[in-house]
Amino acid sequence: MQFTRRDTLKMGAGAAVATFMPFQAFADANEEAVMAFAGEMDIMDEGVELTAPEIAENGNTVPISVSAPGAVSILILAMGNPQPRVIEFGFGPLAGAQSASTRCRLAGTQDVVALAKMADGSIKRATSTVKVTIGGCGG
Amino acid sequence: MAENVKPRVRVPRSASAGEAFEIKTLISHKMESGQRKDSDGNPIPRSIINHFSCDFNGENVITAKLEGAISTNPYFQFEAVIQESGTFTFTWLDDDGSEYTDSKDITVG
Amino acid sequence: MKKFTLSATIAASLALFAGSASAQVDLDAVLSIEGTTITTRAPAPDHLDIDEVISGWVYRASETQALQMDDFENPAMIFVDQAMDDWNRVEGTEGKSCASCHTNGPEEFAGLRAVLPRWDEARGQMMTMEDYINYNRVTYMGAEPLKLAKSRMNAMVALISLQSRGMPINVAIDGPVAEIWEQGREIYYTRVGQLDMACANCHEDNYGNMIRADRLSQGQTNGFPVYRLKNAKLTSDQGRFKGCMKNIRAEPFAVGSDEFRALELYVASRGNGLSSEGPSVRN
Repeated sequence: MQFTRRDTLKMGAGAAVATFMPFQAFADANEEAVMAFAGEMDIMDEGVELTAPEIAENGNTVPISVSAPGAVSILILAMGNPQPRVIEFGFGPLAGAQSASTRCRLAGTQDVVALAKMADGSIKRATSTVKVTIGGCGG
Repeated sequence: MAENVKPRVRVPRSASAGEAFEIKTLISHKMESGQRKDSDGNPIPRSIINHFSCDFNGENVITAKLEGAISTNPYFQFEAVIQESGTFTFTWLDDDGSEYTDSKDITVG
Repeated sequence: MKKFTLSATIAASLALFAGSASAQVDLDAVLSIEGTTITTRAPAPDHLDIDEVISGWVYRASETQALQMDDFENPAMIFVDQAMDDWNRVEGTEGKSCASCHTNGPEEFAGLRAVLPRWDEARGQMMTMEDYINYNRVTYMGAEPLKLAKSRMNAMVALISLQSRGMPINVAIDGPVAEIWEQGREIYYTRVGQLDMACANCHEDNYGNMIRADRLSQGQTNGFPVYRLKNAKLTSDQGRFKGCMKNIRAEPFAVGSDEFRALELYVASRGNGLSSEGPSVRN
């Protein structure tokens, strides 16, 4: 099939704005990752602050921060990545705060989830949607 | 041992007892995620730093279990709180079995 | 096959994204690194038709900008560290390292990056930073030259560029380099490749606009070498020229070729007045 420049542009535009839709396989892996951390506990959407850019300039290096006062550990999941687990922080007795920052890779626009396990075993959660652009010329 | 792996850490020279302060760490490492394919279409095997730990005078500050989604040259920023002078030790573990370390002294005045 | 005008095609692709949810460019953002104020906007040098020259830093998202503001946050500094190891490494038949002759450290090179490339009377040619590094390695260390646009060279260029941080780019365009500069200018304005575009089409006609999901800058080189988030390593100016040409589906000139050397001189001069920012962080 011969593509005119106009066709190619339209396809490129479509691809660039399309929201990344996780396949069924990803959805199962996401559930597994959450279960492995949270077990049977109810998850409350509070008590955790997740900071991530609204639009990531490049999906290869996305700065993220998480904070959950009183947490024993925090798990960060990228719900649209081929494998959801990004990092699991564990806070020791000399942690000045139950917070940490790092830089991660996001495969496309998706939800990033931070799950915090508190000292009493309860699970708290925060979710942030990060748009990951496909780049233009240099990207 | 992966090539050219070099840690850098930023720890203040001194701190007040009981007052939290910031620590930053960086280590140069490719973090081959296992998701990429080579030019023949074969998957490039995962080869990453999979664990990080910061300890002070033998007690733990923070640990991290890393996956392939952590960017090249893993960066961490976190807070520590201490009561006495001593030495921070930082340890990174590689999939290939290597261990990289760094340490910084701090005085509590 | 129908023939489309290039400008219509660009206009169409840019228009598609005119209203997309991308952060606005903050032209008033101030860059200060470790106490040094960086000039990111300056009146354009006389030889240009545009009014103002603007560093690529201004066009990046705030998270990317923040990465450059602190030498620990800046991932490029890891490579500067590696270059310091190289600086001290004995290599070659003479049993020397860079440090053996340059006893005052890389600080000796304060100001050098800001004026390169330049004509060197003693060498009888125009010299880029890479030229100087390799000339000294081969002549005084008896060592192999470093490969252009590869990591060891890029890291060393980053180390030396760092010494000019904050100093105004001031590249000469007259005298012995005049002809080379003219050649560079011609290349800058010549359309190439399947996409039939010249550097100017994006970097002079459309800076500040989006090209698909990327914000176009003026294509300045004051911040090179650059740590690109895209591949998490340093890129040199000629390395980027090659990438850009490939993006236009043109056969790129070779890194180190006369064409790219001329282009490096010309593009550097387009940034005269901006601060030397290398090594910088871009997407």
